[in-house]
Amino acid sequence: MPKRTDIHKILIIGAGPIIIGQACEFDYSGTQACKALKEEGFEVVLLNSNPATIMTDPDFADRTYIEPVTPEALEKIIEKERPDAVLPTLGGQTALNTAVAVAESGVLEKYGVELIGAKLPAIKMAEDRTLFKLAMERIGLEVPRSGFAHNYVEAMEVVKVVGFPAIIRPSFTLGGTGGGIAYNMEEYEKMVMAGIEASPTDEVLVEESVIGWKEYELEVMRDTVDNVVIICSIENFDPMGVHTGDSITVAPAQTLTDKEYQILRDASLKIIREIGVDTGGSNIQFGVNPRDGRLVVIEMNPRVSRSSALASKATGFPIAKIAAKLAVGYTLDEIRNDITRETPASFEPTIDYVVTKVPRFTFEKFPAADATLTTQMKSVGEVMAIGRTFKESLQKAIRSLEIGSSGFESRLFDITNETRRALTDKENALLRDKLRTPNCDRLWYVADALRSGKEIDEIYGITGIDPWFLHNIRQIVEKEEELKQVRMSASCHGEECGHKNGEMRDILREAKQYGFSDKFLGRLWSMTEEEVRQLRLSLGIKPVFKRVDTCAAEFVAYTPYLYSTYEDECEADVTNREKVIILGGGPNRIGQGIEFDYCCVHGVFGLTKDGFETIMVNCNPETVSTDYDTSDRLYFEPLTYEDVLSIVDVEKPVGVIVQFGGQTPLKLAVALEKAGVPIIGTSPDSIDRAEDRERFQEMLHKLGLRQPENGIARSFEEAEKAADRIGYPVVVRPSYVLGGRAMEIVYGVEDLRRYMHTAVQASPEHPILIDKFLDAAIEIDVDAISDGTEVVIGGIMEHIEEAGIHSGDSACSLPPYSISSELAAEIARQTRLMALELKVRGLMNVQYAIRDDIIYILEVNPRASRTVPFVSKATGRPLAQLAARVQAGKSLKELGVTEEIVPSYFSVKEAVFPFVKFPGVDTLLGPEMKSTGEVMGIDDDFAMAFAKAQLGAGVKLPLAGRVFISVRDADKKHIVTPAKKLYDNGFELLATRGTAAYLQEKGITVKVVNKVIEGRPHIVDSIKNGEIAMVINTTQGAQAVADSFSIRRETLMQNIAYFTTVAGAKAAVDGILAMQQRRLDVKPLQDHLGQDKEMNTGE
Amino acid sequence: MKAVLALADGRVFEGKGFGAAGEATGEVVFNTAMTGYQEVLTDPSYKGQMVTMTYTQMGNTGINPEDIESNQLYLSGFIVKEYHDHYSNWRATMSLDAYLKENGVVGIQGLDTRALTRHLRDHGAQNGIISTVDFDHESLVKKARALPSMAGLDLATGVSCEKPYHWTEGLWDLEKGYVHPDPAALKYKVVAYDFGIKLNILRCLVSAGCDVTVVPATFPAEQALAMNPDGIFFSNGPGDPEPMTEVIENMRKFVGKKPIFGICLGHQLLGLALGGKTMKLKFGNHGSNLPVMDLATRKVEVTAQNHGFSVDIVSLAGVCELAHENLNDQTVEGMRHKDLPIFSVQHHPEASPGPHDSHYLFGRFVEMMERHR
Repeated sequence: MPKRTDIHKILIIGAGPIIIGQACEFDYSGTQACKALKEEGFEVVLLNSNPATIMTDPDFADRTYIEPVTPEALEKIIEKERPDAVLPTLGGQTALNTAVAVAESGVLEKYGVELIGAKLPAIKMAEDRTLFKLAMERIGLEVPRSGFAHNYVEAMEVVKVVGFPAIIRPSFTLGGTGGGIAYNMEEYEKMVMAGIEASPTDEVLVEESVIGWKEYELEVMRDTVDNVVIICSIENFDPMGVHTGDSITVAPAQTLTDKEYQILRDASLKIIREIGVDTGGSNIQFGVNPRDGRLVVIEMNPRVSRSSALASKATGFPIAKIAAKLAVGYTLDEIRNDITRETPASFEPTIDYVVTKVPRFTFEKFPAADATLTTQMKSVGEVMAIGRTFKESLQKAIRSLEIGSSGFESRLFDITNETRRALTDKENALLRDKLRTPNCDRLWYVADALRSGKEIDEIYGITGIDPWFLHNIRQIVEKEEELKQVRMSASCHGEECGHKNGEMRDILREAKQYGFSDKFLGRLWSMTEEEVRQLRLSLGIKPVFKRVDTCAAEFVAYTPYLYSTYEDECEADVTNREKVIILGGGPNRIGQGIEFDYCCVHGVFGLTKDGFETIMVNCNPETVSTDYDTSDRLYFEPLTYEDVLSIVDVEKPVGVIVQFGGQTPLKLAVALEKAGVPIIGTSPDSIDRAEDRERFQEMLHKLGLRQPENGIARSFEEAEKAADRIGYPVVVRPSYVLGGRAMEIVYGVEDLRRYMHTAVQASPEHPILIDKFLDAAIEIDVDAISDGTEVVIGGIMEHIEEAGIHSGDSACSLPPYSISSELAAEIARQTRLMALELKVRGLMNVQYAIRDDIIYILEVNPRASRTVPFVSKATGRPLAQLAARVQAGKSLKELGVTEEIVPSYFSVKEAVFPFVKFPGVDTLLGPEMKSTGEVMGIDDDFAMAFAKAQLGAGVKLPLAGRVFISVRDADKKHIVTPAKKLYDNGFELLATRGTAAYLQEKGITVKVVNKVIEGRPHIVDSIKNGEIAMVINTTQGAQAVADSFSIRRETLMQNIAYFTTVAGAKAAVDGILAMQQRRLDVKPLQDHLGQDKEMNTGE
Repeated sequence: MKAVLALADGRVFEGKGFGAAGEATGEVVFNTAMTGYQEVLTDPSYKGQMVTMTYTQMGNTGINPEDIESNQLYLSGFIVKEYHDHYSNWRATMSLDAYLKENGVVGIQGLDTRALTRHLRDHGAQNGIISTVDFDHESLVKKARALPSMAGLDLATGVSCEKPYHWTEGLWDLEKGYVHPDPAALKYKVVAYDFGIKLNILRCLVSAGCDVTVVPATFPAEQALAMNPDGIFFSNGPGDPEPMTEVIENMRKFVGKKPIFGICLGHQLLGLALGGKTMKLKFGNHGSNLPVMDLATRKVEVTAQNHGFSVDIVSLAGVCELAHENLNDQTVEGMRHKDLPIFSVQHHPEASPGPHDSHYLFGRFVEMMERHR
């Protein structure tokens, strides 16, 4: 059935900001969908609030609405654009929920808009636990024993049927938010009530525990004429009980016979048909009892999911792109497979390698969070690795994670020097605990358990990890022991080592086939990574590159999507074009996420324009950069020295770009350059000059620029001395970090002592930096581009929150909303000076603080920054693209970039936080970055743009009601104006005694409410009773912070708007007033850009 | 244990041996199925062949007593990237290595199977030899070259059963294992010609309601007709259909008398019996993921296939029409007689290993028998 001709204009809903459970995979899927539908000649309208996405680039849709992904905004867009259809299945749960809301409220019907991909009844049947359970019963499939509860009484009834342990799954929440496993009644009571609260429909499913069962996922696609294919099977390494997003997963399934696999396949076909997903991809999860093969259906996502992105990358089958084409009427057999060109998409990919995905966690950012892995997702990113065997792919995945691991390092043994030994009782107890309770280090403890001589059966009994996986890890550990013996019998290496050359070659080659990294081998042999590399090369052991082709080599592959392995035949088929390698950003984490992937992708766009062959290296399956048709060639490889050099050796590029992928490639820059790799753009030496505190100070001194008083310390004594000289409060941090890792504001010497203890652990090789903390200063972020002779400002952003809050967590406005044009001009001048001095070629980011009209330089980063996509969206100038072209030799003048673009409208960026996923964690902001993502609000005036950004971030700004205010003394005078504005515009005010007294004194009517420590009824009671519409709460000092913790936590759980800085509160109040005065309006990015005379001069 | 694989065209791969030691010869082919190596090992269609599995991890689920497609191993060699001795599956009772040893099949692992597959793809399936005793490349290549070509070989007659037998086992069920339906439910009497029949075909027939008598390849048509069957089935099997002239002659005697259904080799033989031609493909289809369109319903089914020869539908113009098409290479996947109740498919609707999408064809056969009773 060919493409539908009765629809012309399609609205795609994006996923909004990056949050836990919904990361850049939906930019990948949305971008593919936009491209596919535009290619088919449809007019594409897009809604997505996330500026860091490729899909929101103005070229990817005809009309791009960077507006909140809410039913209200969606309705306005539908009203304005009158699309024929809405495609809701490519923007994660957010898009699906938003689409359901407008479908149910009758908006779609009112405007005659059709839902394509999945219809409302299908979505409801898949998402509503009762309907889903009934559907499964109809087709003869089992689901775990379960029941629903909407209140305490029902919850008690249900658990009688289900028993313990019981799994609690709130309905309609994302990434299992509010879910968990209860092992006893006490835990159950607590969790079930929290779950009911977390659910938008006040409903939880309480389920029979199938903990320890094998977990499988199948990716299914269906077209309009009911053809169904399975794209990929995935087996979880971690058994049931750990959210699949937090599990290590492997494709294809490893421990199923064909008979058992076909049971899953048949069930998947039945399910997608019964649920009635019209077209596109779905993900179905199964639990399988390892003792008898009994199968239960866990859940189904009637949309493209995180696993779909993984399955796409794992097989080369572009699920989202095909899903988009199926949604507009094509059938699977009418769509070509891009990779083979000759064969249709109506087949099932078969692979001849093993894919392993390992999640990336950031518990170090949230020390108060419970790091146990459960059915609620906690990871913030993931890596994928491809190897010919499971062992190879697993070890490649480990070193892709960038957590300082290059293989199975030991947590209990000194693997360099120790031979096998029995464990002490204490070690044994620790080991058992780490094996039993799922946690992000369990993989390494499994290796230690094997090193300690534990049997596979025992480890299987404790962990539930399938013996097949355990045996593979045992082989790795055994190989490690063998490799150690080699060294022990040979103090030197190479030919003189006593081994014959051939023998050494065989041993090393086998180690590489097992996936051992050079670095890990170096650890075993007390050699450096480079020494091992040289030894390896001298023995002629180099990786070859194989292609991912969907068909296990049955057909010729036309797409150079490559991975390394140690075998005979290399399929790299290097061209003789001039090529540039762009190193990607690796796994998403807090501080380094989609923004950098955006820059990498733009790097590709820019270099393509200048005729280079572009080569991408990355290991993050969620991204646009790892789409095989983004760059000319894709290497899905770990971003390590060894792996990158192997690619460089084969490709021989004219340049390698390290400044787009964040800290990941930057960390490699110096070593790569030393190895002779042509790093283009700003030199690693310049980068060092900006990063190295002492060299940086020299430069500022030379340029006559000012920075806050500061010092450097390598010990506590030095730190104490420096802090005394500078004067408290001071900001302390380790050097060379991104995302403010371990950065803190320290108010006294005791604080400092505690900090030094933890920070030194956080970063042993690098000294501690100490800066004067500029209290209540305005913070400014600047992105600029330079070709070495000219510098053009990309954008000047004024932060909403004062200095001291990490720039990644702070909201900001472009253009600035309060500083004078003189100050802005001076900032631009200083930026230029530094860019030229550092001989920047490409991008540079500077952070400034302004206090009493004095400009201080906080930090300079001569690379792409987190704000580059935001600035590019706000100004319409594709900075990263231009930077890549500058790095490859073009001048700014040639590119037509001569002047800063200052838009006439305001763009506000707001950060989005994962606090709701981490019970027990405070929501206060500080110098350490905690946000996972960002949204953007655009409007002609600042207040409204800010309000939109808040709505986009999921903050429910109230238009009426009661506002609770409790601020620290220093903030009291600043809160008067916003409090008065609220009062004058119909809000009722509630405050704690001190704040209330101060406001009453200023003539504002305020009611007093008890602090929690003052006795009941107190403020938390009021919040719980739904009496509060907004909270403004600032604190200082450990005691005050602890006292007010429950307020912030409860506010978060109730999803009430809250502000923990006065600056944020002020902006919010102005936003609320703006929303009271005029209705929220929507406007596409193309119109914003078009209305400005200063059009994009970069293109 | 070292092992070497040499191809007739001179390409040599070194690896390690597993399974039985010694030398094995045959036509080297590949199979892209990611599951079901036990079924592949016991598939009689692999008689005279050495199978390369393109998926790399083999042995993972061990061997169990149930997943067999015949009572012995027919292929002569098994070629894999990495053999896993440590199996894990609740039904497994022994390792793949032990199974190969027990059945005298030579295995080789640790070689670049993707390079081998690409080589076979580009240069065609060809004869080869695996040896765990002779490591001299030249000598091995010479031995491989001396092997007879698959074209022109009647292998099917050799793997057929010796005398007729009755089959009553139906399809496998997770809880019940192989089901034995009530004999009263088996309403359609089918005579199934065994050219190397896979057991799952018989199971599919039984589960579709057939009372099946399996007969040898050379079983006289007169005797079969004397049994007064409702339909005749021609099975899959190894080798080239063309030299099987007597079998073809015998088959003709059913045409116009009984409803007929053929699979794979049975389909090719039927093509010849109806006066058409067959040809050897440069490289056949061997996998579990191949898209086929049923031209009657325009629906796509994902199929299991294992064949090196194909029917030339043009040669049957006026007699048969194309009923199923392979969407990858547009080869003939199934045909239907224009006037008579005869149809056949090139792929394996019984799967095993592979998807169950084409199981409906057994139902179609039953309907046909019902209509012509």
